[in-house]
Amino acid sequence: MTTVNDGEPGAVATTASRPRGAHPLLTFLAKRVAVTAGLLLGVTVVTFGLVNVVPGDPVTANLSDQALNDPAAVAAFREKWGLDQPLWAQYLHYLGNLLHGDLGHSQQTGRAVLDDLLHYVPATLELALPSMVLALLIGTGVGMLAAVRNGRLTDQLVRVGALLGLSTPPFWLSLVVLYVFFYQLGLAPSGGRLSTDFSPPPTVTGMYTVDGALAGQWDVAWDAAQHLSLPVLVLTSLTVAMLVRFVRSAMLEVLQQDYIRAAYAKGLPTRVVLRRHLLRAGLVPVVTVSGLAFASLLSGTVLVESIFGWPGVGQYAYRSATALDLPAILGVSLFVALVYTLVNLTVDLLYGLIDPRIRLS
Amino acid sequence: MAPLLDVDSLAVTLPSPRGPLPILHDVSLTVDEGELVGIAGESGCGKSLTAQTLLGLLPPGAAVTGSARYAGTELLGLDARGWQRVRGAGIAMVFQDPSAALHPMLTVGRQLTEHMRVHLRMDRRAAGRRAVELLDQVRIPDPERALRAYPHQFSGGMRQRVAIAIALAARPRLLIADEPTTALDVTVQAGILALLERLRAETGLAVAFITHDLGVLSALTTRGYIFYAGRVVETGPTGSLLTAPTHPYTAALLGARPHGTQTGATLRPIPGAPPAPGEAPPGCPFQPRCGYAEPSCGEAPPPLTPAGVDRSVACVVRPHLEVAA
Repeated sequence: MTTVNDGEPGAVATTASRPRGAHPLLTFLAKRVAVTAGLLLGVTVVTFGLVNVVPGDPVTANLSDQALNDPAAVAAFREKWGLDQPLWAQYLHYLGNLLHGDLGHSQQTGRAVLDDLLHYVPATLELALPSMVLALLIGTGVGMLAAVRNGRLTDQLVRVGALLGLSTPPFWLSLVVLYVFFYQLGLAPSGGRLSTDFSPPPTVTGMYTVDGALAGQWDVAWDAAQHLSLPVLVLTSLTVAMLVRFVRSAMLEVLQQDYIRAAYAKGLPTRVVLRRHLLRAGLVPVVTVSGLAFASLLSGTVLVESIFGWPGVGQYAYRSATALDLPAILGVSLFVALVYTLVNLTVDLLYGLIDPRIRLS
Repeated sequence: MAPLLDVDSLAVTLPSPRGPLPILHDVSLTVDEGELVGIAGESGCGKSLTAQTLLGLLPPGAAVTGSARYAGTELLGLDARGWQRVRGAGIAMVFQDPSAALHPMLTVGRQLTEHMRVHLRMDRRAAGRRAVELLDQVRIPDPERALRAYPHQFSGGMRQRVAIAIALAARPRLLIADEPTTALDVTVQAGILALLERLRAETGLAVAFITHDLGVLSALTTRGYIFYAGRVVETGPTGSLLTAPTHPYTAALLGARPHGTQTGATLRPIPGAPPAPGEAPPGCPFQPRCGYAEPSCGEAPPPLTPAGVDRSVACVVRPHLEVAA
């Protein structure tokens, strides 16, 4: 990288050198993939252990009373799912299948867990993506506004709003939103992903709005978007409430920096100072929180998904857990672990993109 | 000829949890075109606040009275647009710590050209050409490459040179340098001072140099103002000011200054500490620490009155002062 010598005695020239060999980004990524693999292995051990330690028998959870009274049926169930084998054998067997991309079959749906995930994850993604994008835009804008108007009426209003949003239970907000926009105003459908008159568009991404648009079925896409509106509204407000306070304090800290005063002292218009100088610097800590928020949206929001009848990861996880559906629980756990590591990786890469000082170290 | 900057009876009061806090009292000073003027005093005496006032960068809630005219325009009471026109293109500022005053996430080129394009209405290429010239002028090696670099890739002295280039980019006529060498090594400091003097000589730039270092004051400036507790206590040509001070505080500052080569010379620290804002005694602010104080010193703050050629002093006693050699 650039090396600039001071030309003055006693001056220390900063040299930022790149290690020879592989591109630092590639080295970084390779390390992260290795760490991720180790992490996922750890997740399988912990989940597998936990699920088997938890009191409760998959047999009683899955078989009817009548079948439970039939020893042959119980034995058949145990044998079918490998429950008659010692725990370590069950684990190794599971791990071996996992390496082949086989997550096992859900005891509940009877389908391959992978297929289940491929069905439920896009539904959750369709909720999480627009919620996150909207929350980021609104949260950053409102948080910045509160920071710039520090202590004044706008700031106080934002503070109260964020506090209200944070202390509102998601299920309650969902019910209120349903009552107002569906029951009273009739502006939005009550739940589900599509109206009964439509059938899902041909699967490409699994997200009905995108797939509908790709297939040119605009009426389907529009109907899917309408179904998205209320749950997205709820998830966006909750995420905004979480982000705003954080953005505000991050921006307040940047506002006190000399380089912001220096930007004003150059005679730049306020909007340029805020957009170019403040936003950029204040974004670094915001990226971390946004990553966590996005990961938690992706891992499924059980209550919101339940109320809006949304067949997403949250609902799948909830139903698998109550049925002690081991393969499904393990599958969801792996998915959540993967989401968190991927989001963290993205956050780290974004850091480097925003702050050149991080890029080099 | 009217001075480029004419500050008259400037007073600034800042808000605080315990009520308004007067910081600057009755400050008057002038800077002529192409002149290097020094403003000196201990930390907390109001030097930096004067600079912030002249750029309209005071915190919200600050109350300002008096007058500050730049090139005939009254600065106090300007609206946002008025300030934008003066800042950068009229009065520019160099901060104490270049590491803090340069944006860590924007390239040097971006920070050097963005206000040029606003003030001088230059397109990207013209601004880029001028940026290279400016970096050359402040002696940054390989300017083209430096434009693409980030501040952290430079040493402290180089960063301050970059900051000076940024301050000069929109062709200001007055540069306010707020202790620009305090955060730097002594050896680097000399280079920065020489650069400022050269820029003044070459471009007719006026410089208001804020410092706590009387050595820097005498080396660089032609005229100086000594600040104490938010007031100007003495002013005059730097040479006579520092060889024949008439205010006990100026003399005490000189006595408290270590001399580089002289061994065994006694340093005389000034007893006590400067009063905190809002806690200044009713009379002369220096009176509690002054060895020459008389009962009349406690009555009212002495006004700045003429004392000799081009000199003024705010002292009613005017004792005969021994000057440290």
